[in-house]
Amino acid sequence: MGRSLLLALGILLSFLSPSPSRAQTASQPQPTAPPFATTPDDGQWTMPAKNHASTRYSDLSEINAENVKNLQVAFTFSTGVNRGQESAPLVVGGTMYVLSPYPNILYALDLAQPGAPLKWQYNPKPAAAAQGVACCDVVNRGPTFANGRIYFTTLDAHVVAVNAETGEEVWKTKLGEISRGETMTMAPLVAKDKVIVGISGGEYGVRGWIHALDANTGKSVWKAYSTGPDQDVKIGPNFKPFYDSDKGQDLGVTTWPADAWQQGGGTVWGWLSYDPDLNLLYHGTGNPGPWNPSQRPGDNKWTAGIFARDLDTGEARWFYQTAPHDLHDWDTINELVLLDTEWEGQQRKVLVHPGRTGFVYVIDRTTGEVLSAKPFHALTAVTGVDLKTGRLQYNAEKEPVNNRVVRDICPTAPGSKDWNPSAFSQKTGLLYIPHMNLCMDWESVEPNYIAGTPYVGAEVRMFPGPGGHMGEFSAWDIKEGKELWTVKERFPVWSGAVATAGDVVFYGNMEGWFKAVHARTGEVLWQFKTSSGIVGQPTTYRGPDGKQYVAILSGVGGWAGAVVSGDLDPRDGTAALGFVNAVRDLKNVTTKGGTLYVFKLP
Amino acid sequence: MCSSFLRGVALVVLLVGSAEARELRVCADPNNLPFSNEAGEGLENKLVALVAEELGAEIRYTWWAQRRGFLRNTLKADACDLVPGLPANLEGVRTTAPYYRSSYVFVTRTEGPEVASFNDPILRDVKVGVHLIGDDGWNTPPAHALARRGIVENVRGYMIYGDYNEPNPPAGILRALAVREIDVAVVWGPLGGYFASREAVPLRVTPVRPAFDGPRLPMVFDISMAVRKEDEGLRQEVDAALARRRTEVDLILAAYGVPRAEPTFKHAEAGR
Repeated sequence: MGRSLLLALGILLSFLSPSPSRAQTASQPQPTAPPFATTPDDGQWTMPAKNHASTRYSDLSEINAENVKNLQVAFTFSTGVNRGQESAPLVVGGTMYVLSPYPNILYALDLAQPGAPLKWQYNPKPAAAAQGVACCDVVNRGPTFANGRIYFTTLDAHVVAVNAETGEEVWKTKLGEISRGETMTMAPLVAKDKVIVGISGGEYGVRGWIHALDANTGKSVWKAYSTGPDQDVKIGPNFKPFYDSDKGQDLGVTTWPADAWQQGGGTVWGWLSYDPDLNLLYHGTGNPGPWNPSQRPGDNKWTAGIFARDLDTGEARWFYQTAPHDLHDWDTINELVLLDTEWEGQQRKVLVHPGRTGFVYVIDRTTGEVLSAKPFHALTAVTGVDLKTGRLQYNAEKEPVNNRVVRDICPTAPGSKDWNPSAFSQKTGLLYIPHMNLCMDWESVEPNYIAGTPYVGAEVRMFPGPGGHMGEFSAWDIKEGKELWTVKERFPVWSGAVATAGDVVFYGNMEGWFKAVHARTGEVLWQFKTSSGIVGQPTTYRGPDGKQYVAILSGVGGWAGAVVSGDLDPRDGTAALGFVNAVRDLKNVTTKGGTLYVFKLP
Repeated sequence: MCSSFLRGVALVVLLVGSAEARELRVCADPNNLPFSNEAGEGLENKLVALVAEELGAEIRYTWWAQRRGFLRNTLKADACDLVPGLPANLEGVRTTAPYYRSSYVFVTRTEGPEVASFNDPILRDVKVGVHLIGDDGWNTPPAHALARRGIVENVRGYMIYGDYNEPNPPAGILRALAVREIDVAVVWGPLGGYFASREAVPLRVTPVRPAFDGPRLPMVFDISMAVRKEDEGLRQEVDAALARRRTEVDLILAAYGVPRAEPTFKHAEAGR
């Protein structure tokens, strides 16, 4: 905090102007949320990202920087599942909806009653795959509400629509086979009359896709793959990517060795955004796999990049590849925050994406042009992004080539930042980014086996980056492309964030502290120790009593927290693909959990 | 061997009190021939039966797919005490002396070209199938051996995971060979040896060369059984049992068509 405090003070001063709403206009106008995401806040929180622009910002200001220190627990609720709680609690009217990790039970809590008693629960009864068949993760990133229904995905690759009043199942559609490694963990996005979802399971050779279903019936409307012929990817005459390397016929085939695209990965398991004015849906694609890089020479389109698609038809409009020929497992599934900003004298509609690669990308969301890509993490594996070609510049010395020992690769496989979403404050114009500070050694090889077949594997060990801490929560000036302040955390920050008009930003750490920090200085104004590490997404709402509440699920897990939730051996540093080496002490500070915490002022 | 044998005997004596009801708890994949299946038809099932006989124990299986997290959820979670068929010296567990060494093999149709080496130019002209694992950029050693020779365009990948609803999912690559989707399958020896004799088309099995493609890319592996790190006593018992039934072990391996590589077994590894 020390070094950033002076800096933060300076910024604080520059913000203090007579007009509290747009204080920073004195220097230069900051980005704003687009009009479609700035309608008067009704106090509900109906989708994980708050709105289609994914700002995760609430206009509520009853809880502010002055009084947040008085926050106290209003009520708690156990999800009954002690695994990683990555989901966002939703509030619609007087009801809160909480979704557990597998077996993906949806709970409705009555906020109008003291203690928010359970109204109903809905259990989709996902198939228990043969023991050991489903991959590592049993997390779920949340339900979403629209048209009187709650929509969510299940680990066994179903999409469910449930009547939000009664908890009755409206429809349930199966989209994948868990016996083939196809699973779902993402939160759906509902836009107009469509529910949009994607598939997980890249490590099992799944060929990624995104699928639009009719929100009323669950029937398929369109489906687009992340690899293969243009027709499968829904690339047609209206596809106009900004960079030359994305132009050409059937690049989803020709940028791979013959047929390798058929098991090319590019799964879609992250965040979606939607611009109703452009009628464009934005989504990322996962890393290429399960081929190792030397087996798949070429750019491996359309993995590890961002698509803009026509919502109605699925037709691709542009694509930008954050990691052509990905070497490091850098999925491009992180949040896509839609903002409007003045940029070099012109008004631009942009998409802001803090990527696994270590850069915050500012992209023109109408064209796919990268306006800026500035680093927010210590970097050795990459040197920059060439804005002329759009291409990521890899450092060949840090390439994890088989049969070689490579040290100090930063960032690591989960990247500078994984799935856990940042928040944009309409009030400060800043982006609040929860992220990591990790590097890794690609040590050597060790015997391993799968299904009776021995092979040699990489011995990956992650460790803290510069400064010796593993996590950071940073305020980011999007136009300047620089960090304004940072709260250092001992462990990786694996929770999402929420920003509020009360100049308070909330996030949690893996030790279990739920924190409120000052939006302009990063000063920790209040913190509460929950029962387990936090890897969830905070939300805030106005209750039936007119008061503002803040909600978070506590329960450590996910990739970073698997050492606790999956009972991994802390002595085995290479477990969880090398993550355990960095977070082995996590077992000493937290245990498993699954509890909702809701806070309010006295 | 001698000293550990004695210690093994001592342990057996200690266990005599509960010998009548002794259970040998084993974790294995219920759907992965030729290694194991729920019907007990795999070579590891037969080998475990030998060990159980020697120990005077009844076998109790816990079935679990051998994928990521297998050992964590089985042996380390105390669901069992013994896991057969793992690479010798695997990290995190204690392994027995290896009871066989096999090699990756080229499997071809007998009417097709024979391939014996990764350096054979024909590998550039025919369709070659390899298993994909996709563990942090690593796949099977043959997949890497081909890639580093620039043989990528004509290589087809078959997920080792396959569809678990099908019998023996890793065997799909040999079906692909039989139906001429590919011309050469490069697979782990026991899988190739077993299924080559069970496809409708006559197939040929040839160990790959070189056996070490560079110092870090072995094509041969020693295979052991594994116990928890602290279960040294059980390890010695299993070692002793496998040594005593060596002849039958070899017969079982032969019956399943396991291609054997030159054995250089180290039976007593002091200080492990």
